[in-house]
Amino acid sequence: MTTKLMIGLDGHDSADRALDYGKQLAKLIGNCELLVLYVIEWSPYSFQTIEENAERHKRREEEITTATIRIVEPAVQKLSAAGVHARGMVRHGDVADTLNRVSEEENAYQIIVNRSSKGGIAKRLFGSSTANLVMSASVPVTVVG
Amino acid sequence: MTTTIKRALITLVALLPFSLTAVAQDAMTLDQKVNESFAQITGPFVNLIFAPLPGTSFPWIVMWLVVAATIFTVYFGFVQFRYFGHAISLVKGDYSDPNDAGEVSHFQALTTALSGTVGLGNIAGVAVAVGIGGPGATFWMILAGLLGMASKFTECTLGVKYRNEYDDGTVSGGPMYYMSKGFKELGLPGGKILAVLFSIFCILGALGGGNMFQANQAHAQISGIVGDYPGWITGIVFALIVYMVIVGGVKSIARVTEKVVPFMGIMYVAAALIILLVNYDKIGWAFGQIFGGAFTGLGVAGGFVGALIQGFKRAAFSNEAGVGSAAIAHSAVKTKEPITEGFVSLLEPLIDTVVICTMTALVITISGQLIVDPNTNVYLLNDAGTAISTVGDTSGVALTSAAFGSSISWFPYVLAVAVVLFAFSTMISWSYYGLKAWTYLFGEGKTTELIFKIIFCIFIVIGAAASLGPVIDFSDAAIFAMAVVNITGLYCLMKVVKNELNAYGNRLAMGEFKKFQH
Repeated sequence: MTTKLMIGLDGHDSADRALDYGKQLAKLIGNCELLVLYVIEWSPYSFQTIEENAERHKRREEEITTATIRIVEPAVQKLSAAGVHARGMVRHGDVADTLNRVSEEENAYQIIVNRSSKGGIAKRLFGSSTANLVMSASVPVTVVG
Repeated sequence: MTTTIKRALITLVALLPFSLTAVAQDAMTLDQKVNESFAQITGPFVNLIFAPLPGTSFPWIVMWLVVAATIFTVYFGFVQFRYFGHAISLVKGDYSDPNDAGEVSHFQALTTALSGTVGLGNIAGVAVAVGIGGPGATFWMILAGLLGMASKFTECTLGVKYRNEYDDGTVSGGPMYYMSKGFKELGLPGGKILAVLFSIFCILGALGGGNMFQANQAHAQISGIVGDYPGWITGIVFALIVYMVIVGGVKSIARVTEKVVPFMGIMYVAAALIILLVNYDKIGWAFGQIFGGAFTGLGVAGGFVGALIQGFKRAAFSNEAGVGSAAIAHSAVKTKEPITEGFVSLLEPLIDTVVICTMTALVITISGQLIVDPNTNVYLLNDAGTAISTVGDTSGVALTSAAFGSSISWFPYVLAVAVVLFAFSTMISWSYYGLKAWTYLFGEGKTTELIFKIIFCIFIVIGAAASLGPVIDFSDAAIFAMAVVNITGLYCLMKVVKNELNAYGNRLAMGEFKKFQH
């Protein structure tokens, strides 16, 4: 049976560490698929103008295309070049919730994320996505520092 | 239509050179000139819309709206009560597939449409209704709000069902689309004619209630605080900001407004609640005035019929149910089931009219701003006999402001900011509604769109300069003219909605729609 590991990307260069760690694990496991997921932060409860609403579908498609080309595809290519079986995905939503939900849908064995790069007041007020994920995830989470 | 615009343009062109050098005194006469010619131009249209039913003083248009709302309520089996809980579930996102995240949510469609309707209608409109019709007008306003939920449901379901989706992923919807496409589908004649008529009135409504009335009341509010000064100055400032947003594409201004306006709304309701809590002993009395006045009039202008007319009129103006504007706003939502958007939209008249308008009315009634004759215990009329006399002779926003100010002394300043922001966000919303009607008539394209946007900005200046009377008459008339055409269309298409409702109801009962874990 193929073991699935999910890697959450945050769009920063530092995410390379999570990718490297996932690659190592996959090689050790052998029969392993890496799911590379990038979540576009999105809340259904934000306030929007009418024009934003009318163009929303178009913007969503654009956001997915951009994220796929700039973030997910390069990561998947890098993993494939190293001989690891990898698949990329882009989703909208709350980062922690979405990582957790997709990991359940895909039956992932583990989630690998990078240490949060957010700091200061925002982190104190809202907590980081990484901390939220660790607290709410239903599968083991590895935070790569 | 075109002559109105032409004359307005000429008036403005005449205004501009003066505006640079004019002293305050000259400007006052200019304001008056604008006012006079505006009243003259719009008079016949206003008279036609508000013509009374033969042999009565009851305007036929009010009857038209109420009868329609009642018919929809009965025809759809009191959908506003049966599906109320389901509407709340939809807004909460219980039925939203997480894989569709990133599309417009029901919550967003509702709040966007609400920010177009919650505003001056709730603050100034209610004060006008209570000032003329007495507290009893509130009863009729609430009733109109509850019935209006069914009209809103009908039009918004159709708005989503018959919207246009373009190749580039953007959408356009609204009465003009459901009239032309829906009528064709049913094989009915005249859809195109209705659509064109609706578009013309929608443009007038956008320039009237969605623009001039807003500019006018925003100016009244600002000048009430900083002292009197010519209206065209406020008009030009507002016009420039709106121009920056709708032509210049300065989206940050619109975005900031969209985020601040909901908080202003919440703050307004909170302030009203605090005032009501502090005066809790008077709430029973105030409701007594509302119910008593609803049927007896308590001596107000026009008696109980006056209260009824004012209540229904201001409710329709505030929540826009049956007018067709909400159908344009709601059609942007991405949903597999058009009817779900109808359910969500029926919450609008409830929030707008039944909750927020009632708050305003209660605060005004409790504040004691309406003068009661101590001998007869009925309201005293002003010298002209057209409205109830108020402390300080106020009306419109000023009356609401005075009522809130009598309990919370600094609140008029907050209210002034709220009014200006509400006015601004309503203008932005209506510029979009008007633009959609305009492009339906003249086609999409940069130049045609620019022409409308410039006309829209010019009307802001005229609206700020004219006095309340003619502006409110024209605004009401234009918006109600939209309702005449829209409701005619709704009658012809309501069986489409009925089929959707029955099919959806069966599938919902069979458990076909699953709630998602979030």
